[in-house]
Amino acid sequence: MTDLTQKQVRERIAARLASRHRKEKLFRGLGIASIAFGVLAVLVLFTDIISKGHSAFLQTDIQLEVTYDPAELGIDKIDEESLAWANFDGVIRASLRERFPDVSGRRDKRELYTLVSNGAGFELRKRLQDNPELLGKTETLWFNADDDVDTYIKSLSKSDDGFLGRTSEQKVVWVQALRESGELKKRFNTTFFTNGDSREPEQAGIRAALVGSLFTLLVTLVLSFPIGVAAAIYLEEFAPKNRWTDLIEVNINNLAAVPSIVFGLLGLAIFINFFEMPRSAPLVGGLVLTLMTLPTIIISSRASLKSVPPSIREAAMGMGASRMQVVLHHVLPLAMPGMLTGAIIGMAQALGETAPLLMIGMVAFIVDVPHGITDPSTVLPVQIFLWADSPERAFVERTSAAIMVLLAVLITMNTCAVWLRKKLERRW
Amino acid sequence: MQTPTLFALLLLLILVAYGTGFSRAVGAARSRGGIRSLASLPNYYGVHTALWCGLPALVILAAWLIFDDAIIRMLVMGGLADKPDSISGQNLLYAQIQNMAAGKLIGEGTPQVAAAAEHLASLRQSGQWLQTALILILSLGLGAFALLQVSPEMRAREKVEKVLRAILMACACAAIFTTVGILMSVLFESLRFFQSVPVTEFLFGLHWSPQMALREDQVGSSGAFGAVPLFTGTLMVSAIAMFVAVPVGLMSAIYLAEYAGNRVRAFAKPLIEILAGVPTVVYGFFAALTVAPFVREVAQSVGLEASSESALAAGLVMGVMIIPFVSSLSDDVINAVPQSLRDGALGLGSTKSETVRKVVIPAALPGIVGGVLLAVSRAIGETMIVVMAAGLAANLTANPLESVTTVTVQIVTLLVGDQEFDSPKTLAAFALGLMLFISTLILNFIALHVVRKYREQYD
Repeated sequence: MTDLTQKQVRERIAARLASRHRKEKLFRGLGIASIAFGVLAVLVLFTDIISKGHSAFLQTDIQLEVTYDPAELGIDKIDEESLAWANFDGVIRASLRERFPDVSGRRDKRELYTLVSNGAGFELRKRLQDNPELLGKTETLWFNADDDVDTYIKSLSKSDDGFLGRTSEQKVVWVQALRESGELKKRFNTTFFTNGDSREPEQAGIRAALVGSLFTLLVTLVLSFPIGVAAAIYLEEFAPKNRWTDLIEVNINNLAAVPSIVFGLLGLAIFINFFEMPRSAPLVGGLVLTLMTLPTIIISSRASLKSVPPSIREAAMGMGASRMQVVLHHVLPLAMPGMLTGAIIGMAQALGETAPLLMIGMVAFIVDVPHGITDPSTVLPVQIFLWADSPERAFVERTSAAIMVLLAVLITMNTCAVWLRKKLERRW
Repeated sequence: MQTPTLFALLLLLILVAYGTGFSRAVGAARSRGGIRSLASLPNYYGVHTALWCGLPALVILAAWLIFDDAIIRMLVMGGLADKPDSISGQNLLYAQIQNMAAGKLIGEGTPQVAAAAEHLASLRQSGQWLQTALILILSLGLGAFALLQVSPEMRAREKVEKVLRAILMACACAAIFTTVGILMSVLFESLRFFQSVPVTEFLFGLHWSPQMALREDQVGSSGAFGAVPLFTGTLMVSAIAMFVAVPVGLMSAIYLAEYAGNRVRAFAKPLIEILAGVPTVVYGFFAALTVAPFVREVAQSVGLEASSESALAAGLVMGVMIIPFVSSLSDDVINAVPQSLRDGALGLGSTKSETVRKVVIPAALPGIVGGVLLAVSRAIGETMIVVMAAGLAANLTANPLESVTTVTVQIVTLLVGDQEFDSPKTLAAFALGLMLFISTLILNFIALHVVRKYREQYD
């Protein structure tokens, strides 16, 4: 190599230059492709969820003329007991028969009754309970359509044939008749936001899960924020450099990377089996999520304590403040915005967590909205998991809609965190 | 007194203690020329009194709430002459007694249960009394003791700060308690599991079928606990995930750090990081309903047999989930490589990609390896995606188009729903949890070690 002349060297370099530039371009292209793949994944994920879920915010209703006929209801006065025994389904059925008088035969009639949701009877009962004077009168009301009808109507807007599924030809004729006479309409789906879970898709809602999530997050926040901040203060400001402190630090770093499901095992074995706390309760869920988010909060709180410049501490100490006073009066208020940001991010993580909550029994089928932290409840991600397993096609759109709600909350929380950081963070 | 009322009363007492401590300190100082003569500011005297009044009482109250039920149960069950031997039988009997005491039992119980229920009710009654008396005496007595101590010479601030510091330290130790708790919970249950199933069978057995027979003579549910199919399934899904996440994550980190202009960076980086904030259950839904059918269709169009729940679909989606993890960790280490190294390489005439490949990446390699190891441990522990998209059948297969099951999936399926705690079926979940915990712990430990060691080089 040493006896190459300068010219030969230059020639060799020139000869390889083209291929080197090609490689450069290729490398760059790979980089762009990777970025594009990531961005594409985000786009595909979001469009997929939104295209599946947006229709769940609409619900098909059917108009019926119902008569609160005492004979059909089987009651003659309005009180608790008679309302409980009254045959409201019979009233709905009667009005359906009246609307389609030419339907005969038991099977056809039974088919006809499935046009409206079987929650219609409950709605009617509530209506009569609130307005007792309606007994014996007739009025026109809108009822939720059954989920098969709902799915069929919604699929009509995508293709001409529509998705039939379990819907029979005959039912399609009835639905078309209702549609043409304007007795069938789509409206905003309030049920989805006001109801708990249900086996019937048209009656299923996320309210119970949302409230459950709220309680769980509340427990998590109340426990993990003070403990996390206290731990961070100790480690950053007071802890002597010794083995014990090292052990704590190694522990925190490791816990931050322990799979979440292991925390669920801990909750099951210790909180539920050993301390015999109630299953499915937001209290236990909150405790498990506290343990899970603590490392995140401790690490981010330490980072924001670290970013407070030492001159602040020195100035306070120079004025005669004790170390505790320095921290509580000066360092902590300055570090608070960063800590809050970390806490919000930790809470967002806790809100999206599913696996550990499955372990402690929050997969229960919850219809009622929980009223406290010891009531059985479920959370939004678990509700999504449960609905994703349901075979009814109408649950697919509801699952996606629940995901949209969850993502919206998460994006809001993260935006808040970013905004808070930008707004309150001080650069030194 | 009911516990919430007691708690409220205790809080009130603490407030009163603060007030009296404060005013007593001020009063003691008045004769000596104002609060300047006090060793600490008066509010520290208040806090000092409040701490004495409240802290021990609160600790005792918490301990009481935790051990209350267990002690009462022990007393009630200990007094019974004739009780079942098995744990589940005892649980049943105790539940019956509890229901009887609460008046919920329909029909007549045996005389023994009735007597025990009465015993339980009286124990609860006296327990309540004892609790109230103990807490109030403790709080009032110690509060009074602290009040008597208030004098201008007492260094209240130092005492308060000592207590505060102890509280801070206790909070820091929560991490250690959590680790110990995890270890104890998985270890004890695993040991119980290994009493009925030998360790070697669990670790090296090739057949997994955890359904236990309800009756002795039942067919086809012998219960086999060979975990090898789960380990291979986990490894396959994780390998597919890493196959997606490492190249994409690393290349996007390199592009963002070395090539991209500020505008591209400001746009692409947060967008990719959105992927990290999406809950795993959403990925699971996406994998099960969109990616898995797509994979199946593609496989069938080239003439391959694919199951509807495939390792490939779960792995691909998991890879997408891990991309931002790999990319942000690599971004950090690539940015930590000193600019002088790049300048040197560029000055010698290498192209930008040559600089990256031959200088920056080798310099950042330990950090990148650490990040990848952390990502692997995440992939192994990931639960929801595989639960929803990978399947339940424990196939020992190398074909990514077949459905496989993983350690986490089995933990979930074994533990979700009602289960009794004695059967090897549920205990097996804890043994799997132990495996999971140990393997991720080792991976994390190596990764953190590698990352830390590397960081010291350029500091």
